[in-house]
Amino acid sequence: MTGSEELIKEKKTIIEARNVNVFYGHFQALKDINIIMKENTVTAFIGPSGCGKSTFLRCFNRMNDYIEQFHIKGEILIDQKKIYWKSVAVEELRKEVGMVFQKPNPFPKSIFENVAYGLKIHGVKDKNFIEERVVKSLKDVALWDEVKDDLKKSALALSGGQQQRLCIARTLAVEPKIILMDEPTSALDPISTAKIEELLFDLKQKYTIVIVTHNMQQAARISDKTAFFYMGDLVEYDDTKTIFTNPKQEKTQNYITGRFG
Amino acid sequence: MKNMTNAQKNKLIDNAFKVFGIACTFFGLIILAILIFNIVEVGLSRIDWDFIKDLPSRRAQKAGIYTALMGTVWILFLTAIIAFPIGVGAGIYLEEYGKKTKWASLLEINIANLAGVPSIIYGLLGLEIFVRIFGLGGSLLAGSLTLSLLILPIIIVSTREALKAVPSSIKDASVALGASKWQTIWNQTLPASIGGVLTGVILAISRAIGETAPLIVVGALAYVPFAPSSPMDEFTVMPIQIFNWVSRPQHEFAVNAAAAIIILLLFTFMMNGVAVYYRNKWQKKIKW
Amino acid sequence: MRTRTQENIIETLLKFATSITILTTIGIIGVLLYETISFFKEVSIIDFITDKEWTPLFAQKHFGILPLVSGTILTTLIAIAVALPIGLTIAIYLNMYAPKGFRKSFKPMLEVLAAVPTVVYGFFALTVVTPFLQTIYPELSGFNSLSAGIVMGIMIIPFVSSLSEDALYAVPKTLKEASFGMGATRFQTSFKVMVPAASSGIIVSIILAISRAIGETMIVAIAVGQQPRLTFDPTVPIETITAYIVQVSMGDVPHGSLEYRTIFAAGITLFIFTFLLNTVSFWIKKKFHEKYD
Repeated sequence: MTGSEELIKEKKTIIEARNVNVFYGHFQALKDINIIMKENTVTAFIGPSGCGKSTFLRCFNRMNDYIEQFHIKGEILIDQKKIYWKSVAVEELRKEVGMVFQKPNPFPKSIFENVAYGLKIHGVKDKNFIEERVVKSLKDVALWDEVKDDLKKSALALSGGQQQRLCIARTLAVEPKIILMDEPTSALDPISTAKIEELLFDLKQKYTIVIVTHNMQQAARISDKTAFFYMGDLVEYDDTKTIFTNPKQEKTQNYITGRFG
Repeated sequence: MKNMTNAQKNKLIDNAFKVFGIACTFFGLIILAILIFNIVEVGLSRIDWDFIKDLPSRRAQKAGIYTALMGTVWILFLTAIIAFPIGVGAGIYLEEYGKKTKWASLLEINIANLAGVPSIIYGLLGLEIFVRIFGLGGSLLAGSLTLSLLILPIIIVSTREALKAVPSSIKDASVALGASKWQTIWNQTLPASIGGVLTGVILAISRAIGETAPLIVVGALAYVPFAPSSPMDEFTVMPIQIFNWVSRPQHEFAVNAAAAIIILLLFTFMMNGVAVYYRNKWQKKIKW
Repeated sequence: MRTRTQENIIETLLKFATSITILTTIGIIGVLLYETISFFKEVSIIDFITDKEWTPLFAQKHFGILPLVSGTILTTLIAIAVALPIGLTIAIYLNMYAPKGFRKSFKPMLEVLAAVPTVVYGFFALTVVTPFLQTIYPELSGFNSLSAGIVMGIMIIPFVSSLSEDALYAVPKTLKEASFGMGATRFQTSFKVMVPAASSGIIVSIILAISRAIGETMIVAIAVGQQPRLTFDPTVPIETITAYIVQVSMGDVPHGSLEYRTIFAAGITLFIFTFLLNTVSFWIKKKFHEKYD
């Protein structure tokens, strides 16, 4: 394991937050966060509800823009580019930074249309290309064998676990660099959860993944790095192994041993 | 009464009110049944092919509803193409763009108020603006513009309701893939809510078909010798033709009125039926 | 960048569509004010609100709006006297007594009453209700406010019943259960707990029904006659504001004449009535929402 930790250090930085403060009106949701994430790693955000981890996650693709009175100070860089810069087109940013939500949210359209949607809105017209990409994305999430005869059927007919894998395939189809996941398995049964966790191992080869989770074991199983948030502070950020075996902060220790949260 | 316990008395009142409640509920429906039965009884035998294709006449037996029917079809068509894009567009704007600003809440109050303005006032507006200032005269276009303004609030409100019913998780998913606001509305929100939007539009237009007063005020005529052939032609509509026949003392004209009412009611109920069917189909299709 | 421009164009178009509603309001108020001001240049405003006669179309002209206002109020009162007890009883029955499926199927059925074109109700009032009432009370005139008011009342029943039922439905279940838990009957619970708790919603429904009755045109244009008179006798012919506007519009009155302007003066009177009622109901609705949020 020490070997892989060395490897991470050598990897390219892909996400960087500098002195990020987030406010909802007068309420400060995040306090002076600094963090660096490397390419092709899985980073887990843990912490009790309302600690700011989801808010932080949604800063990376600017999904907070629509929230009233949302206000951010500091800088977030993705691929060395400041994403809260005025001239940044959020549509382009979100093509690079995909997101998977807590509850599976397929569009009320066919399975095929769900995966093809991202390509279409980004102006891809080549039908063969779209078809190839849809097939590839469904294979990448190990859904292909289950749905290959039903591509025209409504996505709403799939089971919860299948829907969530479809949502991941939908995100993969536009080939983002980063995938944000906001508690992607919290609405799923244990078997579906296991399948998605398995999937994350494969996806890591090609994508950088940031995942918010309430499930401590999940964080320990799947992530390389773990960040612990508490009341808007980034309390501790380290290799996952260190966080779970030898945390430096008492608060972290208390949280992961289940004394609060 | 005297040797009843308090509980028994209460129970008696309770049951008496229940009977009264049933009676009231059926009262409206029975009146509706009487109304329809009476009209069908008086007018049904008068309806034949000649009645539908004949031009108006001073002699009741020779008079037909052709010009009024064509006028109603024209009004229906023009009002739909004017009011549909404006009403749905405004509904989309209020629900998806201009939310929660001061301006938006002012617009909301304004629309609620417009919905309560009597239809005849819209007639006065149309008379001054469309007929006189725009110089459209008592034309189909002036009438349709007036009715479009009248039904705009209904379309806006029902469009907003339908859009509101689309879960935000769908919009989030689209936006997170990099779709712009309009791409999300056009590809996700509108297709998912189209049943509700159309229901509202159809109901609004069926209301427009039954409207009489504003069209009388903008100058639709009781007597038009020929069916209109362009939006600038003068016109009459079914309700005005009915009003005209009702106002005459001879019984033959009352028969004509009843016959025309049957056709008008068929129009109205059919559109309401289509709207309800659409709504049910849409609600069944999409279960989140 | 192309999409950005496209987005802006679409948003501008949508904004324009929305602004038409504002233009409509400005148009209504502007038109009514403009013509009414011209009207009051020729007719004294004192005469308008105190003269007891309205005869602008006769040689001997009087411009007192009171007879039209009294006619409007009279038909509205009769309509509400019919619609309020029946509509409210239906609302309570459907909410508290009726079996479950009943509510779902009967509400839309009753709403058909409001979908029937008003000219049809006018025909019904004139050819069915008036002759029927004359068998009970032979002195009833062929044109009268009684049958028009009753038919109008039937038409607005669904306004009262549907909206009141919505208000009753919104009352928290716990209140109902608390009352039942103390051994109250449905009747007692309805009138001592539910109706008071839903009172603001019920009042709003009644105000909307009144506003609808005041602005109703075709029933009165057909069934009350065209004789403006200051009376509250429901058996004689009268005229309402709306019926007067229709009467003038059916005739050939030249633009810009004083007769032409009378319909705007009558119209603004009508508009003020309904505007006040709508504002009150909007205000109550707002308060009501704050209470339950």
